[in-house]
Amino acid sequence: MAGIVSYGAYVPMLRLQLSAISGGGRKAGAGGGEKAIANYDEDAVTMAVAAAMNCLEGIDRATVDGVLFASTSYAYKEKQAASIVAKALDLRRDVTTADFADSLRAGTTALRAAVDAVKAGSAKRVLVVASDCRMGPPRSALEKSIGDGAAAFLIGDSEVAATIEHHHFIADEIIDVWRTEGDPFVHSWEDRFVVEHGYTHNLVEAVKGLFEKAGLTPKDFSKAVLYGPDARSHAGAARAAGFDPKTQIQDPLFGRLGNTGAAFAPMLLVAALEETRPGNKLLLASYGDGAEAFSIAVGEPVTGLWTRRGVKWHLERRAELDDYDKFLNFRNLQPSAFDRRAGAGVSATVHFRDRDEDISFRGQKCRRCGTMQFPFQRVCYGCFTKDDFDQVRLSDRHGKLMSFTFDFFAGSPNPPLIVTTTEVDGGARVYLQMTDASAKEVKLELPVEFTFRRIHEYGGTPNYFWKCTPVR
Amino acid sequence: MNPDAIRDKVAIVGMGCCKFGENWDKAPEDMIVEAAFEAYEDAGIDNPQEQIEAVFCGAVYPSKGTAEVADALKLYGRPVSMVQNYCATGTDAFRYGVFSVACGMYETVLVVGFDKPKDRGVSGPSVQTAGVRGLPMTPAGWFSLCAAKYFETYGAGREDLAKIAVKNHHNGTLAPKSMLKREITVDDALKAPIISWPFGLYDCCAQSDGAAVAVITRRELAKRFRDDYVLVKAVAIALEANPQSDPSFDFLRWKPTVSAAQQAYKQAGIANPFKEIDIAQVHDCFTLTELLTYEDLGLCEKGSAKEHIASGTFALEGELPVNTDGGLKTFGHPTGATGVRMLYENYKQLQGKADKRQVKNATVALSHNIGGAPQACGMTIIAMP
Repeated sequence: MAGIVSYGAYVPMLRLQLSAISGGGRKAGAGGGEKAIANYDEDAVTMAVAAAMNCLEGIDRATVDGVLFASTSYAYKEKQAASIVAKALDLRRDVTTADFADSLRAGTTALRAAVDAVKAGSAKRVLVVASDCRMGPPRSALEKSIGDGAAAFLIGDSEVAATIEHHHFIADEIIDVWRTEGDPFVHSWEDRFVVEHGYTHNLVEAVKGLFEKAGLTPKDFSKAVLYGPDARSHAGAARAAGFDPKTQIQDPLFGRLGNTGAAFAPMLLVAALEETRPGNKLLLASYGDGAEAFSIAVGEPVTGLWTRRGVKWHLERRAELDDYDKFLNFRNLQPSAFDRRAGAGVSATVHFRDRDEDISFRGQKCRRCGTMQFPFQRVCYGCFTKDDFDQVRLSDRHGKLMSFTFDFFAGSPNPPLIVTTTEVDGGARVYLQMTDASAKEVKLELPVEFTFRRIHEYGGTPNYFWKCTPVR
Repeated sequence: MNPDAIRDKVAIVGMGCCKFGENWDKAPEDMIVEAAFEAYEDAGIDNPQEQIEAVFCGAVYPSKGTAEVADALKLYGRPVSMVQNYCATGTDAFRYGVFSVACGMYETVLVVGFDKPKDRGVSGPSVQTAGVRGLPMTPAGWFSLCAAKYFETYGAGREDLAKIAVKNHHNGTLAPKSMLKREITVDDALKAPIISWPFGLYDCCAQSDGAAVAVITRRELAKRFRDDYVLVKAVAIALEANPQSDPSFDFLRWKPTVSAAQQAYKQAGIANPFKEIDIAQVHDCFTLTELLTYEDLGLCEKGSAKEHIASGTFALEGELPVNTDGGLKTFGHPTGATGVRMLYENYKQLQGKADKRQVKNATVALSHNIGGAPQACGMTIIAMP
């Protein structure tokens, strides 16, 4: 049976206190909860790569046959995101890639499509990533409810940790939550209408349809993993579907994570898989222009996945951004003397030539003298031999700092920019920015790992490269 | 390399330098004309159209290239060429000029170093946006690469860097053509805003506009121009691996300086640079660059710069005065002009024409530039006959 072979998740390190938003730019106060926010160098693509790396830990990446990427907030309007993710993960070239766009339930739709592909035999292992980095209008109620994050699943038909058994889908046409071309912000109709006729109605219909189709009742499930726009609506839908809100509901993490859009139900599923037991049955339901419900049987292999960082670890790793103005700067929502999107941008031909180094983060090792180097050289730094190298993936290694500086003038929206020379384990030296770190923790020899980020936005495009971040 | 190929064959017989600074009211051509005509006058050249046979230019941000120089000076119908070699650009232009004279191709040539960075509307060197690996970062970030490791290894710190800034600010007050003329204290330097750690504002040189010009000729002809001509002992250029990716870099030195110094000392026949060199103009784009250069040039032991800074070895009254005109720090740093400006200062010092900043009995002078990530170093050694 096809199902989840591995899972992974990513929650950005930064948290914004909800009180900082309602305070209209005031410093964060105590209480009222928080939400996870992408750093200025993160977006749906970079978070998807992080969750996927988490998911593929210890798994031979050459076994992955496809990437299905669900989001409502891709960095490009035209240009596939799944292929960027596949390249950043250094997957084979002969993989199938597709974006599952534009709906809050795209994450579970992609999951179903991956299961179908494996069942049909068109692929052995398919990576599903769901990632969202949505924006509500500044200081709106929507902005408070939205969080950023990503989840990833490897779908296959052997060593299955969670089997996708039954499903029921509903398609609906309703103007409840939307974003139009050219508008950076998500909008919503009046919330009572949206909750009653959109969310609750569709979700419960999908769940009950699943019960009927599969001959199951709420009692058959240890946990229901439900998408929800807010705590109250979520609890209401759980009750309406017949679940005991006290014992049967996966914590929707309101006040800690926020509604991560297309990634929300998938992330909650990861959180549930982190705490479940083999033999349990989970119900997964997502909503958006209709609803989808799945019954999932947990198998023994799930215990082998519990060393993964997943949702729990990422939620515990947190740092507060204490300034709402900074958050607006991160999202390019404040006029600034320094426009991060100005300038000529990256040369497409240079990008084309440097893809293996810049996106897949490969270095090379000299076959003659063993010297590791980055970027690619034609003539070896160590022994001057010409064109005799093996390419080596650096992104999943660790490294240590050989040198650093704190640059206040390099145009970061959150100065100082920490710039390092990092030695990758094995030897290559790479000039890298450090992210998700404070100057205080930086020292020589500091162990670091690598994370795919937007290095800048010159020319108005998301220009990706790798950064280092302290091993946590 | 034939170390004897150019030694004592070429003489500097005239030099000029415009006032460095944010020369908003001057075009590159204005600065070139000022520097060139001062050099003509200094050399006693009254008919450059007949007397200058070729022109070697250096600029990193030229708007037109060689035409800027040819048009400004109306030096047509002869070779005018331009080189670019990071911050060693001016020194490299001089080097090609020296070769052209030493080989006998030309008798008298002009070397013109200039740059007009302040026409670009940014307060630092331009950024390169072709690839993602190059950005965002600043030259202060590149040149701070050795700081953490050097500090940890040798126990130096920002206070030692500050003393270099204080010294160069003092020297700059004594140079009429320098950009900044203000004494500072160690405290001023330490309390200034950080640009890129460990560099505060006063650890960074003043980027400026400027032009400097040399007239060089065969040694045998030098007396026709003047009695107190200065001889070229060595010209060197060395490129090294980008320290950001060099797998064997130790973060304690700049390799280009070490390599260029070997070449230069061999050409000049110098065995003990600290004893044999009387003054030096070195590339203090950032204070740490000057500190490392003391050691990389062999003027003191690796790791000992701190003690020499404290004891004033390299101060104007010290045993080996460095950056007697204020250096890049206060004289200013129009990239292509800087190497030629250093030659201007050394030439004036050797001739005893350095006024309030005159170093007594100086007969051998060294100049040094380093630029890029850094990857390139240029050096000259000149001396009285």
